[in-house]
This record gives sequence, C-alpha cells and structure tokens, in this order.
Amino acid sequence: MATAIEVNCATGEVTERELTAAEIEQREVDAAAYAVRKVEEDAAAQAAADAKASGQAKLAALGLTTDEIAALSK
Amino acid sequence: MANTYIQIGSTVTVGSGGAATIDFTSIPATYTDLVVKISGRTTEAANFTTLSLTFNGNTSANYSRKMIQGYNSSVASSGGSSETSLNLGYINGNNSTASTFGNMEVYVPNYTSANNKSVSIDAAQEINQATQAVLWLNAGLWAQTTAINQITLTPAGGNLAQYSTATLYGILKS
Repeated sequence: MATAIEVNCATGEVTERELTAAEIEQREVDAAAYAVRKVEEDAAAQAAADAKASGQAKLAALGLTTDEIAALSK
Repeated sequence: MANTYIQIGSTVTVGSGGAATIDFTSIPATYTDLVVKISGRTTEAANFTTLSLTFNGNTSANYSRKMIQGYNSSVASSGGSSETSLNLGYINGNNSTASTFGNMEVYVPNYTSANNKSVSIDAAQEINQATQAVLWLNAGLWAQTTAINQITLTPAGGNLAQYSTATLYGILKS
C-alpha cells in the first residue's frame, strides 16, 4: 500500500499514513499526464540533438574543421 | 536581501518501505521565502522520472513552467501550461546506478503574498557517467493568490525510494 509521509510544520509531528482513495485517483491522473508530457519532452530533446548533428554536418561540408565547428557550438 | 535559512519541521528521510508522497503541512506564514532541498530516487523501473510539486493540495490546472534541459550532449527547452502540478525535474529511477539520486532546490519567493506565485528550480541528476549529465533549470508559476501553507512532493512513477530526503527552509529578510 502506498503511503504518504506528512510533516506538520506547526507541531513538528511526522506521520506516515496510507493514501486516500482521492489521492490514489489523482496519482493515476498525474501518471497519465506525465506519460504524455515525457513523450513530448523526449521528442524535443531528440529534435534538438538531430538539428545539432545536421548543422554540424553542413558546416563540415562547407569545409570547417572539427575545432572550428566546436568553437561555433559553444 | 534574504540571508537566513531556518529549517521548518524535520528533514524527511524515506524508510525501507518507500513513500508515495512527502507532504509539508501547516507551513507558518512567518518567513519571506521558502526553499525545499530534495535528494530523490524512485522505485520505478526507469533511468529517471520526474518529481512534481503541488501547493496547498491544489491539483487544478493552475501550474505552468518554462524549462531549459541539458540532456547528455544536447540542450533543449520546453514548457507547459494549465498543468495540475509543477514538474520540478528528474530524479533517478530504479534502473540507474544503485545509491544515486537526483538533487534539486526549489525556491519560492514571497510565498505569503496576494500575487500569483513564481518558483525557481534547479535540478541535476546523479548519473555516474564519464561524459554525460542531466540538468534542468525551471521557472514555475502557480496561478493562485492565496498564501502557501502546504507543499507536496510526488514522483510521476513509482514511490520515493529509501534514503530519499526532503528538507524545508524558511528565509527571512535581513
């Protein structure tokens, strides 16, 4: 059973309790949203990497050295 | 300029059974800013997963963010709006090197103000590789004007694993 650790900042009391039904439901909603968001963010990261590689290849085709391309990428 | 860190409540260290959430409640309104420092790992079978935050138990679509992500050798940016929690950054999953964690700091200025709440987050994942790194710099917004009195941390997948920690600080203006 999933639990929540709660720190009551007024009393200093720390308790551990089972999640409520509403919290479990919200957790499932959040997990579904995360799955969608992760696909989008992974795609964005991959697109950036692909664009970088493509740009570097074009610069190399123009005759720039590896050091010159690295300097432009900084 | 704020110059004091005062710990509020206890540092939470997750036990062997794991925890679905860490919840700081009844946060006093006596400070200027809040800081949460987190070292987290989840039980999810993945290299990493994100850690999310909600204020005051609010899970309505009031959260938005703009993020720069350094992921291995590339840099990307993204964002989100009308989200039901604030996505802080990556923490390590169960497939990552044992006993490694994702670490982050969440800074909440003027948490008792009657304005919408801005949040800054920096997060770095400990991935034990020679040439790669994962970093998030994140600007968050909670579009609510009530004072913050509760902060809840929840991983997107799995439970927070043993030895994950979270500590809340209050910042007083000098």
